[in-house]
Amino acid sequence: MGAALEIRNLHVSVEGQPILKGVNLVVKQGEIHALMGPNGSGKSTLANTLMGHPAYEVTAGQIIFDGVDIVELETDERSRMGLFLAFQYPVAVPGVTVANFLRNAINARRKAQNPEDKGIPIPEFRKLLLQKMELLQMDPSFGGRYLNDGFSGGEKKRAEILQMAMLEPRIAIMDETDSGLDIDALRVVAEGVNRLRGPNLGVLVITHYQRILNYIKPEFVHIMMDGQIVESGGPDLALHLEEHGYVWLREKQANGDA
Amino acid sequence: MTSDAEQLQGIREAYDEQYGFRDPDTFVFKARKGLDAEIVAQISEIKGEPQWMREQRLKALEIYQSKPVPTWGADLSGLREDDIYFFVKPAEKEGRSWDEVPENIKRTFDRLGIPEAEQKFLAGAGAQYDSEMVYHRIRQELEAQGVIFKSIEAGLREHEDLFREYFGTVVPAHDNKYAALNAAVWSGGSFIYVPPGVQIQMPLQAYFRLNTANIGQFERTLIIVDEGAFLHYVEGCTAPTYSTDSLHSGVIEIVVKRGARSRYTTIQNWSDNVYNLVTQRALVYGDATHEWVDANLGSKVTMKYPSVYLMEPGAHGEILSIAFAGRGQVQDAGGKAIHIAPRTTSQIISKSIAKDGGRSSYRGLLKVYPDANKSKSTVVCDALLLDEYSESDTYPYIEIEAPEVTVGHEATVSKIGDDQVFYLMSRGLTEDEANAMVVNGFLEPLTKELPMEYSIEMNRLIQLQMEGSIG
Repeated sequence: MGAALEIRNLHVSVEGQPILKGVNLVVKQGEIHALMGPNGSGKSTLANTLMGHPAYEVTAGQIIFDGVDIVELETDERSRMGLFLAFQYPVAVPGVTVANFLRNAINARRKAQNPEDKGIPIPEFRKLLLQKMELLQMDPSFGGRYLNDGFSGGEKKRAEILQMAMLEPRIAIMDETDSGLDIDALRVVAEGVNRLRGPNLGVLVITHYQRILNYIKPEFVHIMMDGQIVESGGPDLALHLEEHGYVWLREKQANGDA
Repeated sequence: MTSDAEQLQGIREAYDEQYGFRDPDTFVFKARKGLDAEIVAQISEIKGEPQWMREQRLKALEIYQSKPVPTWGADLSGLREDDIYFFVKPAEKEGRSWDEVPENIKRTFDRLGIPEAEQKFLAGAGAQYDSEMVYHRIRQELEAQGVIFKSIEAGLREHEDLFREYFGTVVPAHDNKYAALNAAVWSGGSFIYVPPGVQIQMPLQAYFRLNTANIGQFERTLIIVDEGAFLHYVEGCTAPTYSTDSLHSGVIEIVVKRGARSRYTTIQNWSDNVYNLVTQRALVYGDATHEWVDANLGSKVTMKYPSVYLMEPGAHGEILSIAFAGRGQVQDAGGKAIHIAPRTTSQIISKSIAKDGGRSSYRGLLKVYPDANKSKSTVVCDALLLDEYSESDTYPYIEIEAPEVTVGHEATVSKIGDDQVFYLMSRGLTEDEANAMVVNGFLEPLTKELPMEYSIEMNRLIQLQMEGSIG
């Protein structure tokens, strides 16, 4: 049976300011969900909270992953359970090569499974890395560059997808992976994600624009406004949104609230 | 390679086990504590020195006593001269093979891996224990080419003319208080001469070990790299952990002649009860290059600014400085590039790290004299703070007196960011692993300059320093 990420009535504050106000969402392995919404609606807060960023305080609700409430777990523990966040702004780590970083990340997982583990043998690691780079049509020299250091916007996002391919998460959250990409770069990144699609991977694509959803076709679309998911539906919901903007939703909200 | 995590586990306690252990005292002579003319004369007497050297020592003692303790840098007020043994002779004579070294001392160096390293990747090795070298040997083929690699005492005894021509000319006694101290009580260190055109591919290494509590070690090294020759010299140092302070105050003099190249690498890992006050200077002649690679990881207080004096056109100097200040440590390190001749070039790169309340400072001088026109220099100093309790300061002095000079200067101070750690942890690394990874990356531009064996050693030492609580 596949694992699921279940978000139940999640309330989150940043510096005492409530941002998420009762989010409910279920993403299962094998499913692709899109989460859309205007700027400031809380999408990135949700992404960071799911991964356990210390600046985001869960004030109520639960995050159940594979049957376990992970709200109290550290970020690295969540990662090792199979949760992954593709960052909107990946952070540079000068002096650490992509390959060295990935080997350490894989070894951290192996070690958590078995404290006696001596780490992935280097030839095995090289083979795996080359295989994944080929799958994502990346130049092998990429592995020797310092992680995100001096990368173009497109390279950063591709590096995120490469990490996702190497770490084989069960649920991946992609936080505005399309932001700052031109159409060619967007296509390359989206194709990468599509190659990783399958029954073992659930994805939550967070985006501001419908554009990326032309390439990564979601089965479910959710719309977030003011810290809540206000509408859920199929792929046509994204198209409707593209055509009509958020105004109709705002009106609907206002009427509902009144 | 093992993962950062494995290297991190429990290594901090291991300083005592790996380096901080002590042997029973087995010296053959120990002068009384404290310093005066009688002690200085006694040192000279025991070494059987010529009259001129004894006089130089006594004159240097006067200079030392006349100079105040410097107050512009680290706090040295805790240093108690009366409480230090200025001379502890470890053995009757210096060995040419490890079999000739007293058993307990040999065991210490075995434990530190010196004979093994010598066999594997060194062109020659020297070992100093307290006040004197107990071992020196160089590969035979180098000796046949005229390379001299001996203790400084043997240099004076066996090559007095060459010795006298250069000794004290690069770092004169009046240069600073601790150079004067060293000139008065120097003991141990290496004497190296590389004849013209001789390229020594593998490094020569000297290892400095303190054993006696409250000791002062005053090694003196004189290196002459003749025209077109090449030398890489490496020094390492460790000491037992004592609750009382020890003093290490070395002077290194290097002359790099026309077209020659030399590199001097230090991996300083003293226990944290050692005051480390060292003067290192190289005179670099036409089209020659000298590089200092200076890593300061240990000690209680270090004040150390390796310098290059660029004497003739085309001379080039580089200083790569790494400082790591942990709990209770002050690393006041940096470098000096002095441009005396036209068309000379220099580069100073400093990377310093402070954690657990440690304090690291970059202190550097770039001076370009009026004649040194068309010179170029780059100074880059980066500091990384691992928590909010630690401090980093930068004192970059730049004095340019020539009209056409190209100078680049960059300085950055960064803190390991929460976002950086969060990013790495989101890939499954623990917080300690994430921090260690950022630190290793920060130092990578320097560690990749080291020969492989030292690069591994350095990474291991960094892990050792990184173990423990990080904000």
